[in-house]
Amino acid sequence: MNLHEYQAKKLLQQFGLPLLKGKAYVNNLKTIEKDLSDLSGPPWIVKSQIHAGGRGAGYFQKPFNDKGGVQVIQDKAQVPVIANSMLGNILVTKQTGADGKKVNRLFIEEECKIEKEFYLSLLIDRTNSQLMLMISAAGGMNIEDVAEKNPEKIFTTHFPDLTKINLPKNLEKQLEINSSQFEELSSISKKLVKAFKSLDASTIEINPLVLNSQGNFVLLDAKVILDDNALFRHPELGNLKDISEENPLEYEASQNDMSYVKLDGSIGCMVNGAGLAMATMDIIKQFEEEPANFLDLGGTANKERAIKGFKIIQSDTNVRSVLINIFGGIIRCDMIASGIVEAIKELNFTLPIVVRFQGTNAAQGRDIINQSSSDVISIDDLTEAAKKAVELAQ
Amino acid sequence: MSIIIDKNTKVICQGFTGGQGTFHSQQAIEYGTKMVGGVTPGKGGNTHLNLPVFNTVQEAIETTHADASVIYVPAKFATKAVHEALDANVKIITCITEGIPVLDMIEIKKRVIAQKTFFIGPNCPGIVTPEECKIGIMPGFIHQKGKIGIVSRSGTLTYEAIWQTSQIGLGQTTSIGIGGDPIQGMNFIDCLDLFLKDEETKGILMIGEIGGTAEEAAAEFVKSSSIKKPISAFIAGLSAPKGKRMGHAGAIISGNKGTAQSKIDALRKAEVHIAPSPAKLGETMLKAMQSSDS
Repeated sequence: MNLHEYQAKKLLQQFGLPLLKGKAYVNNLKTIEKDLSDLSGPPWIVKSQIHAGGRGAGYFQKPFNDKGGVQVIQDKAQVPVIANSMLGNILVTKQTGADGKKVNRLFIEEECKIEKEFYLSLLIDRTNSQLMLMISAAGGMNIEDVAEKNPEKIFTTHFPDLTKINLPKNLEKQLEINSSQFEELSSISKKLVKAFKSLDASTIEINPLVLNSQGNFVLLDAKVILDDNALFRHPELGNLKDISEENPLEYEASQNDMSYVKLDGSIGCMVNGAGLAMATMDIIKQFEEEPANFLDLGGTANKERAIKGFKIIQSDTNVRSVLINIFGGIIRCDMIASGIVEAIKELNFTLPIVVRFQGTNAAQGRDIINQSSSDVISIDDLTEAAKKAVELAQ
Repeated sequence: MSIIIDKNTKVICQGFTGGQGTFHSQQAIEYGTKMVGGVTPGKGGNTHLNLPVFNTVQEAIETTHADASVIYVPAKFATKAVHEALDANVKIITCITEGIPVLDMIEIKKRVIAQKTFFIGPNCPGIVTPEECKIGIMPGFIHQKGKIGIVSRSGTLTYEAIWQTSQIGLGQTTSIGIGGDPIQGMNFIDCLDLFLKDEETKGILMIGEIGGTAEEAAAEFVKSSSIKKPISAFIAGLSAPKGKRMGHAGAIISGNKGTAQSKIDALRKAEVHIAPSPAKLGETMLKAMQSSDS
C-alpha cells in the first residue's frame, strides 16, 4: 500500500527522524493563512501529494505558471493563491502517464538550504531474503538511471540481524562525509530500520536525503510502501489508504478478492490463477492483439465472483471480445459456466465470448455453455481459443 | 524415485478441522496420501476424518511420527503455525496460506536454512509425487507417474504443466509449486538440484514469471551444474506492464529488473528450451527430451 509523502513523514516523525516542519491539506485549504504563521519562511515549499514520482518536473493540465508540482514560493501572499491553483488540478509527471493525476492533497513545508544530496532506501533483497540498505551520493536523481549509468556510485549493505544495524565505516569515505555526519547517518539508518519493522513496510525510500547548510542530515522527501499482507496488524495504517489514488475498477476487484489490472488492449481476460492469467495475456499478444486487462478470479472463485468479473470487464469500453481461461482445480468449471451464463443474462452482455475449460468438471462446464442460448464459444485448445478471441475482436 | 515425498511420507495437517483443511485432507486421503492426523488448538482429543486431532504440532509429531506438515491456517495465524512446525522440527513443511507478511518470512527463512527444512511455499499449491503422496491443493487426476520433475512459481499454470506432460505421455516424478511470494522456502535452485540428482527424473520443466531474479539465478545454476538433463521452461508475463503487481506479491517488474525477456534470455544461454506459449509446455518438454536422445 502506497502512502503520500505527508503521511509517510508523519509516521517517520514518531521515530525521531530529522524532518522539516510542514502542514498537510486534504481537499481544502481552510487553515492555510493561520498555518503559514507557524511555518518559518520565506520561502515556503508547496508540494502536490500524488502517488507518483517526478512531481517537481511535472506540469499541470490547467497551467497557471511555468513551474511544476513542487513550487518554492517567496511571497507569503502568493502561497494560498498557488496552493489554490494546484488543488483539484491535474498533474502530469513521467510516472503518471499522459492522463495525469488529480491533486486532492497538498503539503506545505519550510525551506531547507541544501549542501549535498543523497539517495537512501531500505528494501527487501529477494536474492538472499535480507533487508538491504541502498545509499548513493547521487541523490535527487532517479535511482534507476544511476544504477544503469553509474552503478559504482550505489553502495549496499545487508542486515541479516535486524537488531544489529551497523553501517560499514568505509561509507564515510565513499560518500565523502565527515565522521560526525557518518554517526548521524548511522543513527538515521537505525531509526529507519526500526520504522520499517514497526510499520511492516516493504520499502522506504528517502530521495533526497540532504545535508543542510549547518551540515546536518534532513529527510527532504519520503516514500513509504506498506506490506499489504501485514495490514491486519495495523488497522490504523489501513485507514491511510487514499482510495482516490486507486483505479476504481482495480479497487472494486480487490474488494471482491480478485486482482485486476487495467491494460490498453481490446481483449478482456478472465482467468483463475495469477500465472495462468499472465500466460493468457501473453498468448493473446502472440496473435498480435493486446489484452485489455489482467484478471485473476482467485483460488476460491465462485459463480458470484464470475459475475462480478464480467461487470468489471463490461465497464472497460475498449473491450471487443472476451477470453475466459479456467483450469479447474478446487474451482469447478461447471460452477464458472453457470456464472457465465447467468452474467450474460443479468448484464445483457453482448460482446463475443470464448471459453476454454480444462481440469475439474471441464466436460460438464462445456455442456452448460453449449446448451445455453448464449453465443458463447467453447474451445478446449488454448491456442485455438486465443486465436478465436482475437479473430472476434477484429 | 521421487524427491522430498513418497508413499511412506506421513503427513499431518495444521488447520485440520477448518474448511480448507478438511476439504483438502479428504482429497489427499482419497489420493492415497498417508495422512496420520491433524492439529487444531483447542480441539485435541477429537477425531476428524477418522484421524486424531491434536492441540499442538509437538504432540501430533510425538504420537504419529509424521514427517511432513501442511498448513492451511488463515494468514493472521499462519506465521505462528509455521514457527510451531519448526519448533517441533518437522522436516517437510508446506504452507498453502497466502498473505504472510514479508518480514515474518525473513525470520522463517533464517530458521528454515538453519534447520535444513524442506519448506515449500507460502502461497503455493503444494507438492505431489504421483500415485504416492499429494500435499496441498492440486487436483489429483491431472498427475501421472513418469519422468519429468516440475517446479513452478505459479498455481493453475502448474496444473497446466502437469496436465500437458501427462497428456503427452511423459508423466512426472514429483511436481512442486514453490509459490508466488517474494520470499519463499525452497526456490528454483533447491528443486533443480534435487531433480538433477534424482535418477528417475529424466527431464525438468520449470515455470517462472516476472519479478525478482530467481530464474536468472536458476539459469546460472544449470550452466554450472555437472549433471546435465534436458530442461524446458516457460516464463509468464511477457505482456505484463512495468511497476504493476500482477496478482502474486512477487510478480512485479521494478525498474528494468524482473522482466520476462531477461529471464528467457538467461535461460536460453543455459541451453534451457523455452516454451513459446503456455499451450506448448508438454510439447516443448518432449522436444527437449528427444533432442537430448539424438
